[in-house]
Amino acid sequence: MLNYTIRRLVMAVPTVIIISLLIFLLLDLAPGDPTAQLPLTIPNEVREEIRLALGLGEPVMVRYVRWLQMMVVNEPLHALASVTGWENLRPDGQRILSWQSRSPVGDIIAQRIPQTLWVVGMGYLFGILIALPIGIISAYKQYSWFDQIGTFISMVGFSVPVFFTGVVLILVFSVWLGWFPSMYDTTLRVTDWDSFMRQVRQMVLPVSVLALFNAAQISRFMRASMLDNLNQDYVRTARAKGLRENTVVMVHVLRNSMIPVVTVIALGVPAVFSGAIITETIFRVNGLGALLINAIYASDIPMVQTLTFIFAVLIVLFNLIADVIYGILDPRIRYD
Amino acid sequence: MNDGVAPVLDVRDLKVVFRTRGGEVHAVNSVSFDLRPGELLGVVGESGSGKSVTMMSLIGLLPSPPAEIRSGQVMFGGRDILKVNARELRRLRGREIGFIFQDPMTSLNPVFTVGFQIMEPLRRHMGLKPEAARTRAAELLDLVGIPDARRRLKDFPHQFSGGMRQRVMIAMALACDPKVLIADEPTTALDVTIQAQILELVKDLRQKLGMAIVWITHDLGVIAGIADRVMVMYGGQVVEQAPVRALFADPRHPYTRALLETVPSVRGERAPKLKVIEGQPPLLGAHPSACPFRFRCDKAHGLCEQENPRRRPVGAPGHDVACHWDAPAVREAAHG
Ligand SMILES: Nc1ncnc2c1ncn2[C@@H]1O[C@H](COP(=O)(O)OP(=O)(O)OP(=O)(O)O)[C@@H](O)[C@H]1O
Ligand code: SF4
Ligand SMILES: [Mg+2]
Repeated sequence: MLNYTIRRLVMAVPTVIIISLLIFLLLDLAPGDPTAQLPLTIPNEVREEIRLALGLGEPVMVRYVRWLQMMVVNEPLHALASVTGWENLRPDGQRILSWQSRSPVGDIIAQRIPQTLWVVGMGYLFGILIALPIGIISAYKQYSWFDQIGTFISMVGFSVPVFFTGVVLILVFSVWLGWFPSMYDTTLRVTDWDSFMRQVRQMVLPVSVLALFNAAQISRFMRASMLDNLNQDYVRTARAKGLRENTVVMVHVLRNSMIPVVTVIALGVPAVFSGAIITETIFRVNGLGALLINAIYASDIPMVQTLTFIFAVLIVLFNLIADVIYGILDPRIRYD
Repeated sequence: MNDGVAPVLDVRDLKVVFRTRGGEVHAVNSVSFDLRPGELLGVVGESGSGKSVTMMSLIGLLPSPPAEIRSGQVMFGGRDILKVNARELRRLRGREIGFIFQDPMTSLNPVFTVGFQIMEPLRRHMGLKPEAARTRAAELLDLVGIPDARRRLKDFPHQFSGGMRQRVMIAMALACDPKVLIADEPTTALDVTIQAQILELVKDLRQKLGMAIVWITHDLGVIAGIADRVMVMYGGQVVEQAPVRALFADPRHPYTRALLETVPSVRGERAPKLKVIEGQPPLLGAHPSACPFRFRCDKAHGLCEQENPRRRPVGAPGHDVACHWDAPAVREAAHG
């Protein structure tokens, strides 16, 4: 298993490099100019100098290699230095600068990650926590009232877009009932009980919207997987041994049913990082999804490149993690 | 016959129906039989004749719905086990009545070690501590002829061959030293040599442990080799029952006769053409008030349409048959 993991990691390197090249080249072709947002009074010569200072005069491959070096060496080291406080780790080299704000993209992204992880991550986590028991019970009591209602709700949760549920929730819970704020205040710092409760309250609506959506998907998946396994012969064997029904379902069946579900959950994690663009926009959550959308509008090419690259790496990474988990959970899988 | 001995298992008038979309299926219709201590009862009958359903209904292994036990009585250990509560039923399963299923490939849980699965009933029913349970599990594997037992406890089912897995199933069913072992076509999925080995093993274990066995099979050759008594089922009913010699020497039911003719002769000369029983297996839809075999029976007459024959004693002691036709042997006896 360790060998397999290492082999997969090594094989992931060329994949990631090819992805990075594609991302860089495609976005490089996109129209966009770092000086576009500057006042019109700035003369063209000055604009040209700005472009040169940003390294835009060089051939594309040179720029790519430099960007890649900054992306995979300088920025991670900066991030590491900031997290650990070991200032001597901090490299001297150049950093990827946002065309919009002229500050390093790494720093901006680092500021945005907490919001996204809190809101979108919680939405995912709660979605999973709701989905698993619903899926298990729905399957065990197939066609019961519980199952019918669960099926209906997940169909709704799955087919109604989040911008609709989001707006409905805002209308009901903040406009009519006034229980929760409709806008997420990114500047809120949790310092005491009061601010903690404010944070919780402002998270309720966006987290609910996302949790509903995720739960709808995952509970269907859990249900299908449980149903697959409940009809297996080994379940009858477990019953014939005189095990408690609880043990039969929650040990024998669940352990098998979790294999594909855990894999799907792992594959969904990168989507948490890429943020929920729509939900973040509706609730004004200043997260990575919002950051990406803004960067696209502003033709902030370095920011878009960096974010896209990070998402791509996460997807590759979690694919690998999903495979490894599969191998761990299913003893029949041999990876060597 | 040793009629004085009280049976370990005494089934009276068992009726099982499946409620399906297409109406009720009378899978088991007034089945009665008994099983004496240490005896091996062979059960034969074509596919769909209700062999598995009969045996599974004894210890509540049928999914309900759709299965429903309409009537009957199953006396075991001095009480009717169709009426005991769920807790008591679980104690019977595995502890008092062991079950082996047809397909050893799917009857073991793929994600738990063989040791874990054998130890489960030991810990549940005998209250053994993990170490004691492991020792006993290793003894059991040894008993069923798996070499290097202690080490193999750590292996998963897929690491065993089909025959070995069936040995594991047998070890599991015998773990708590049950009084009755029900084997539902335990060798059908295995190739001939392995089948012979398993038969030898069961004969051997029966000598050592002395439990009573119900052995379901399609294979009359197997029955001839190991059974003390045979029960022939057709269309959800017991149509004939006899000590094994009597059945082979003097079959009375037209179905049994046909069944015996389909067996290729063991002694050299092969039958020119293997005889098949003509016609379709019966539909078990309507409540049968006529002989289920009448459409395929060459002895059918008027009465067969009007009345479902009851079992009546014929020939040797312990031999009974459910048929309106007096087979020749009986007529001679009556006239002589
Ligand atoms: N879950 C079910 N729903 C509806 N009908 C069923 C169900 N299970 C079994 N039956 C019916 O019960 C009848 C008896 O089936 P059973 O499995 O006992 O046959 P069998 O004698 O064991 O056959 P085989 O030799 O193929 O194992 C069949 O006709 C089948 O159609
Ligand atoms: S009762 Fe009639 S139809 Fe049925 S087996 Fe006997 S002779 Fe044939
Ligand atoms: Mg069967």
